[in-house]
Formats: sequence, structure tokens, C-alpha cells
Amino acid sequence: MKNPLARARGLGSAGSGVENWIRLRVTAVGNAILAVWFIWFVKKSLQLSHADFTALLAQPLNAILMILFIISVFIHATLGCREIVEDYFHIEWMKISKLVGIYLFFFATGIACIFSVLKIAL
Amino acid sequence: MAQFTLPKNSKVTKGKSVDAANGAVRKRNFKVYRWNPDDEDNPRLDEYTIDLDKCGPMVLDALIYIKDNVDAGLTFRRSCREGICGSCAMNIDGTNTLACTKDIDDCKGDVKITPLPHMPVVKDLVPDLTHVYAQYETIEPWMKTDSPAPDRERLQSSEDANLLNGDDGNGPAGCILCFCCSTSCPSYWWNGDRFMGPAILLQAYRWIADTRDEATGERLDNLEDPFRLYRCHTIMNCTNTCPKGLNPAKAIAEIKKLMVVRR
Repeated sequence: MKNPLARARGLGSAGSGVENWIRLRVTAVGNAILAVWFIWFVKKSLQLSHADFTALLAQPLNAILMILFIISVFIHATLGCREIVEDYFHIEWMKISKLVGIYLFFFATGIACIFSVLKIAL
Repeated sequence: MAQFTLPKNSKVTKGKSVDAANGAVRKRNFKVYRWNPDDEDNPRLDEYTIDLDKCGPMVLDALIYIKDNVDAGLTFRRSCREGICGSCAMNIDGTNTLACTKDIDDCKGDVKITPLPHMPVVKDLVPDLTHVYAQYETIEPWMKTDSPAPDRERLQSSEDANLLNGDDGNGPAGCILCFCCSTSCPSYWWNGDRFMGPAILLQAYRWIADTRDEATGERLDNLEDPFRLYRCHTIMNCTNTCPKGLNPAKAIAEIKKLMVVRR
């Protein structure tokens, strides 16, 4: 029975959204650039023994690029998954629990990946 | 979760067939969506075969012929019959368009006609536009100024006018609010309660781009929301389907650009 205008206005504008839109695009560009290096790195790693692989990753440039790649990919993935959840989940508690789960999962796995690189590199 | 299947009472069944062509040479089948809120029946697709020599060339002409001569109960909106009012927007041959400007000869095989997708149906081909009109009201589609009113018209350069009308007449001011675009947008299907949809965002941009309007920041504030604006994923159905040849996707992109510029 809600008035149509009240329903359309809802709770008003959140006053946000542009930050995530920018982050998604910036990380997309970052992913595209760093993926070139990452493909080279994976291709080269396939020919190496475990000891040589860790030595290659421990080189400062490779370690830095790997950490940047992890940060860029995980931020992009987090925001991308958030978009999907916001698009398709309309039951509020389910949407919020999925969003919290996504943030925790990508934050934890991202930190774990960075820690692994640092452990090898330092 | 989004609902991917129709509720039980929404499944479209096969309806009646009426051959009103009487052995005509130029005859054509029209499959028309029918639903009446006054009975408990599911929606159905009625099939009418008519003589094209007895009606005009457009799909709206055929619908009017069917209503006048075959089935007076058929319900649809129409007014100007020349692509100006937007009343006869419906899904024809799989595409949202205006029945009055859609040539029957451009349709392949049987002409299937259904209401604009994903809108509540009032009856037959008439969608309920209450919510989308309310969304239109939220963008306050009128000129807002704080400066005192001038003694004469508020002047505009031809360049400024072009922002609204476009060089080729296909600018945002050309929108007739038929809502073919919004109802073709999957994001609007899933989140139409909060996402403004391409028609309303195109109209919002029409006022944002208006150099005489003094409420640009306020208008952008109103749209800066993960749902109102940023549910647009540049799917482009809106631009593909617009019967007036406008580009709502570009207008939405311009709004997003302004959101970045003002930060």
C-alpha cells in the first residue's frame, strides 16, 4: 500500500558508489598490465625446479609485481563478486551475509597470498 | 535470489485461433498476449489471421483492425500513431518497440506481440507504469534555478541546445518516455525497485546537461547510489532497442563521468 513516490524514493541516495566504480576500472587496467608479466612468470616457472622457482620469485622486481598483481586481482574480484551479489540476491539477510563472506574470504586469502610471497622473498 | 522462472499463474498458455482473413492472398498471423485480471485464467497467446489488404502497414494498424473487426476485448494503449507519444510501446517480434512505427513486413513469420517485459500487466498489452512514473518524479524533471527569473526567455547557445537535442535530433531531449529501453534492461528487470533504469537516467541527464539548470550538483547527489545509477553494467540493450534511435547508454556513461570529474 506504500505510496508509489515513497517507494521510488526508498531510503534516498546512499551518496556513494563512484569509489567502487573507479576502483573496479583502475584494478581492471592494473590486471591487464600485470597479467602480461604474470603470464611470462608462469610460463618461465613451469620450466624451473622448486628451488629455482623460489629464487625467481624472491627477486625484488618479481616479488613486488606479484604482490601488486595479488592486490589488484583480489580487489577487483571482491568488487566484482559484490556486484553479482547486489544484482541477484534480493533477500536482505542473505545479501548481507554473502557480502560479509566475500569480503572476509578475499581479505583472508589475499593476505595469505601476500604473506607467502613475502616469506619466499625475504 | 532472483526469480528465473515464472510463478505458476503466469505461465503463458496457447489461446484461441481466429481466422479473419477469409482466404485472402496477403494474410498474416498475429499472436497476441492476452490476460484479464477479472478471471483466474493464466495469460494466453491468441492467434488472429487477418487480411493485410484491409489494414495499414504498421503493427498498430493490425491491432486496431483486430480490435475493430475481430475481438473488441483486445486491450492496448495507443494515441498519436506516429511515434511521438510512446503509448503503444510493446514487445513485437522479440524486440521492444512502438507498434505504430513497426512495419509488419519487417517482422519474420508470425507476428508475436506481448506487453513490455517484466512489468506488471494491467490487462492484455497494457503494462502498469506507476513505478516508473514515480521514478521519473524522483529526478524532478523540471528546470531548477536559484537566480531570479529573467524578463524574457532563458537564453541558450546553439551548442548548448545541441547537448540536449543532438546534432541529428537524437539527443536526450528526444526521449518520449515509452520505456522500451528500461524494460529491455536485465539490470532493471532484477533491480527495478531501486535502479532508475535507462529511460529515467536519460531524462536525468537531459536536465544535468541543460546549461540553464542550476541544480546539477543536487541532481548528481540524488543519483550517486550503488543501485540508482551503478546497477547499469553497460549491457546496451537500451540503445539497441530505442525506437527513436537515442543512446541512453551514452547518457548514463556521461553521468558516470561527471560523478568522477566532480570528486
